[in-house]
Amino acid sequence: MGMAAVESHFHVLAVDDSSFDRKLIEKLLQKSSCQVTTVDSGYKALEFLGIESNDPNALSTSPQEVEVNLIITDYCMPGMTGYDLLKKVKESSAFKNIPVVIMSSENVPARISRCLEEGAEEFFLKPVRMADLNKLKPHMMKTKLNNQKLEEIDKPLNVAAAAAAVEPEIKDSAEVGSKILTLQSELEPKQVHLQVAQQEEQTLGNNNKRKSMEEGLSTDRSRPRFECITTAV
Amino acid sequence: MDAHVAQLQMQYRNYILSLYQQGFLDDQFTELKSLQDDGSPDFVAEVLSLFFDDCVKLVGNMARALDQIGTVDFCQVGANVHQLKGSSSSVGAKRVKGLCINFKELCEAKNYEGCVRCLQQVDIEYKTLKAKLQDMFNLEKQIVQAGGIVPQVDIN
Repeated sequence: MGMAAVESHFHVLAVDDSSFDRKLIEKLLQKSSCQVTTVDSGYKALEFLGIESNDPNALSTSPQEVEVNLIITDYCMPGMTGYDLLKKVKESSAFKNIPVVIMSSENVPARISRCLEEGAEEFFLKPVRMADLNKLKPHMMKTKLNNQKLEEIDKPLNVAAAAAAVEPEIKDSAEVGSKILTLQSELEPKQVHLQVAQQEEQTLGNNNKRKSMEEGLSTDRSRPRFECITTAV
Repeated sequence: MDAHVAQLQMQYRNYILSLYQQGFLDDQFTELKSLQDDGSPDFVAEVLSLFFDDCVKLVGNMARALDQIGTVDFCQVGANVHQLKGSSSSVGAKRVKGLCINFKELCEAKNYEGCVRCLQQVDIEYKTLKAKLQDMFNLEKQIVQAGGIVPQVDIN
């Protein structure tokens, strides 16, 4: 792993009352290079996140101690269902932007649409397979790229060393733009996908940090470079 | 290549194919095998062990529930069937899963005789599968001990 210095793992919180299913989802996620935390109930999930389960408007006591990039939960659980958990997460100001995926062994269309309407990102039928998790790759890549970019602002020297190690052909390794390019070409060489990711980056402007990043990029020579990479792939 | 190893590998291949052909396993089992790697060489064995533990527990729960003649809680039986259906489906235990689908309907219909018969079938079926998979693991061990590699079996 040449980029260990700035590597940050995509952290998934998996919720399922069945120990068997927890083992399975954990393995699938690990195979997808995710960091996994498993809990056996919605209550434990909320506790882990730091949300008070009976007061959705309370500020969590430790908002950013735990960074979770995605929640994947079983639907049928005793006490708090996956749907209840989904609602609690979406009602929480600190965590409503975390994508939530619901899993269920039953194919009930009304259930599926209810979850999606409540804000679930995806609904997977069990048994969940690698092919299903591949649908989550765009989320993983977006988060990984954002984390990498945020790290780059703070550590320009590491960029030079890391970029040089990964992609020797790109000469001006001191630039933020080139580091992102090496990441993109290394991670997922699908042309359409890169273009989508690029467009998503450009349209998201609500986050201050990200906005300043985009401004940085637009004055950079890297934008035309993106196009070069996408057409070359 | 060693003739003995080749023979064992052939035996292994045929055995696996027969398990699929006879409906003991389905492609979810193939998926599980694909998740096993050098980092977790016993993944399939561990998952199967969890599954069979589940079987013992759930069958026990259902037997006890059905023992309450006259006051059988079919919802309780159904809940256990639901769990067993889920885990058998996740492990690729095709016949067990199939029985669970019937079982669920029998619970909903509150068919006592039907449930008792079905539970007996489930009991036999999971134990049969367990024995078959044990034979499979034994064959794998023999191959490795003879200095060979366990072949990937393409079931398509």
